[in-house]
Amino acid sequence: MAAVMPVPAASRVLMSGNEAVARAVWEAGVKVAAAYPGTPSTEMLEVISSYPDLYAEWSVNEKVSLEVAIGAAYAGSRSFCCMKHVGMNVASDALMTLTLTGVVGGLVIAIADDVGLSSSQNEQDSRYWGRFAHVPVLEPADSQEAYAMTLYAYELSEKFQVPVILRMTTRINHVKSLVTVGERNEYVGAGFKKEPARFVMVPGNAGKRIPLMFARDIKLRELAETSELNFIEEGSDKRVGFIASGPAYMHVKESFPNAPVLKLGFSSPVPFEKCRELAAMVDLVVVVEEVEPLVETELKAQGIKVIGKEILPLQGELSPNVLKPAIARLLGEPVTETTALAPMQVFPRPPTMCVACPHLGVYYTLSQVRNLNISGDIGCYTLGAGHPWNALDTCVSMGASMGVALGMDKGRGEADKDKRIVAVIGDSTFLHMGMQGLLDMVYNKGNVTVLLLDNRAVGMTGGQNNPGNGYGIHGEEAPRVDFAKLVSALGVKDERIHVVNPYELPVLFKTIREEVKVPEVSVIITDQPCVLVKDYHKLKPFEVIDDKCTGCGNCIDVGCPAIHVTRRGKEVKPSGREVDLAFVRIETSVCTGCGLCVQPCAPKAIVHHVQTSPIQLVTKGGCAA
Amino acid sequence: MSENTNILVVGIGGQGVMTATEILAEAAIALGHDAKKTEVAGMAQRGGVVSSHLRFGQRVLSPQITPGTADVLLGFESAEAMRWQHMLKPGGITLMNTARLVPPVVELGLFDYPEDPLAEIRKSGNKVVAFDATTIAQNLGDIRLGNTVMLGAIADHLPFGAEVLLDCVLKRFQRKGEKLVKLNRQAFEAGRAAVGEAETAAA
Repeated sequence: MAAVMPVPAASRVLMSGNEAVARAVWEAGVKVAAAYPGTPSTEMLEVISSYPDLYAEWSVNEKVSLEVAIGAAYAGSRSFCCMKHVGMNVASDALMTLTLTGVVGGLVIAIADDVGLSSSQNEQDSRYWGRFAHVPVLEPADSQEAYAMTLYAYELSEKFQVPVILRMTTRINHVKSLVTVGERNEYVGAGFKKEPARFVMVPGNAGKRIPLMFARDIKLRELAETSELNFIEEGSDKRVGFIASGPAYMHVKESFPNAPVLKLGFSSPVPFEKCRELAAMVDLVVVVEEVEPLVETELKAQGIKVIGKEILPLQGELSPNVLKPAIARLLGEPVTETTALAPMQVFPRPPTMCVACPHLGVYYTLSQVRNLNISGDIGCYTLGAGHPWNALDTCVSMGASMGVALGMDKGRGEADKDKRIVAVIGDSTFLHMGMQGLLDMVYNKGNVTVLLLDNRAVGMTGGQNNPGNGYGIHGEEAPRVDFAKLVSALGVKDERIHVVNPYELPVLFKTIREEVKVPEVSVIITDQPCVLVKDYHKLKPFEVIDDKCTGCGNCIDVGCPAIHVTRRGKEVKPSGREVDLAFVRIETSVCTGCGLCVQPCAPKAIVHHVQTSPIQLVTKGGCAA
Repeated sequence: MSENTNILVVGIGGQGVMTATEILAEAAIALGHDAKKTEVAGMAQRGGVVSSHLRFGQRVLSPQITPGTADVLLGFESAEAMRWQHMLKPGGITLMNTARLVPPVVELGLFDYPEDPLAEIRKSGNKVVAFDATTIAQNLGDIRLGNTVMLGAIADHLPFGAEVLLDCVLKRFQRKGEKLVKLNRQAFEAGRAAVGEAETAAA
């Protein structure tokens, strides 16, 4: 994250789409900005928080963040809210009513779609929310457009008193390209004007607002028809014309520089006349969009002949090497074979937990307890599904571990009658959506052991602050929630609440084994900070005495990436059983001395490292700092 | 738009791949080029694969490098350098750190680390220069100098002079004191020399 605040107007800066939106939000005079972190949207709010003269907050979930933005917009100020695609599912309850009340000060919602699933549980097309909620959608194709469209979105929002969705994808959010920036313009808010017929959405009032929404749609479509954000580039090769938006437009331009193209920047409501205009210019029209055939379907319903997902993939990112062969086949031309080598076979390198991560102890322990069905959640602890732990059986959506666990308990079949149900959830995730699920579990007398892994950060997205760690978005002190008291208030019996140090494996093991036997809701809170946050303190690293190592491999099962195999062997037990041996060493330069691997080591071969030369502890990537 | 220069930088989370690519982009921009930089780094903080794309030229459209069109592959780790060979254009060159960073799935015995990634790359017929950037950085006193060593390594394989790139590297450290500027200058020159020597030895 780079704060770009000191850059004066008219500078050309290399910015990610996220940084460009943040700059525009600041320049637009926005007063309130709120979000819950989520890849690829996180940096928008991180960068906004580095600007002066506006209020920024990490909200506990996306619905709350949108509600905060709505309040500010009702109060007449400009406001901003951003989220990743799945976040809009959470916020949609507020969105669907916001579309009826509309706004006073401009409100822009930036939604980041993780096209290609770099770090998400599903792939969804947020442009649907524009159709569903009857709000305009703007789709930038690079950082400069993300910047300009954000500024324009505030004008549009205020002119039509409608929230505006800025739909981005990973290749906008996380691509850096050049942006020419401007200056901040103070926006003077109108103040809150009492207007209950508009802002109090009881059925009688809401019913009267719906026709206004449809009337607004007509006006928005008229505007889209003439908007400069929707333009045709004529091109000389009239065989195929393209309709494209977002990064897909860049891929079209790169692949077919001479083809006519209609670029949709103001893509909803769809400008049908503009599309007809393009169709009249060319033999065939191909709609290129990520990921769903949204514009394509609307155009087909209008009787405009277009081709789309018949020849293009329904999932994942588009790119020139997807487009070129698809169009060649459409035209009956030979598909030019790529000159690229076939990819070489190399082992997979899945993400794993960090060296000394406090979750290692939890997953190692869970992998050692028998007869568990484990319901998991979104966050770093999802990695527990991988090797060596294989200690996670479900992961649906944020906070779902609670309800899913209760359902697994209540709906258990004969085959699972002796299985214990465990739910695993992180601190931020618990505050986001887990609390309600736990309340439901207590109220409905579930038999579930909940592991609340409090690492005092939103770890997976880079360690953002939340009410669990007692720091605000700027790192300032903030009230810190007491998880033990909180779960107690939700109805968990005090004797069923345990706070355990996840580095003390015997205690953790004993607590889990005992609590899973108790036929009611237990909550085991593990309380050690994420290794990436400032609260984490390194200790003296460990090393392995090679002569003492018996190759049992118990330490490898902990899953710490600092443990490496030096040689393998085989041993025949007295019973005649052959056992694989793996002798290890510890990478002392990265070991933080957490001691997790020491505990399962029977021969006591792991000891504190005797420092013989200056050790450079690696804290973070990047250049030497 | 074949006039664009395509540089692919690969490694694993935490090595400074993305920072190095950004500095390369800054150098291209300093010379008046248009540039786009993007990466596939889903959960790379957690030891996953990072591949960072840089394209520059008069005007860059798509941010991604199409397989088979990268001019230079800068590999921070040897198995990763091997993994991304298909991105290189015919006649493209790989500059690779010989360091082996072995992931847990290999330690667990589920997969094998390639015995000799360098030999595998050579077998494919692609041009490759290998050097030990990690040891160079360690000898200078800090493993984190590794990505400056890597930038030095690519310095003479760019369509512009090494000085511009060195300037961009050093600018990052100016506020952090003369000592770091000096160390990074040494790291850059050491990387540059290591590649030069490896090429001379191969010739």
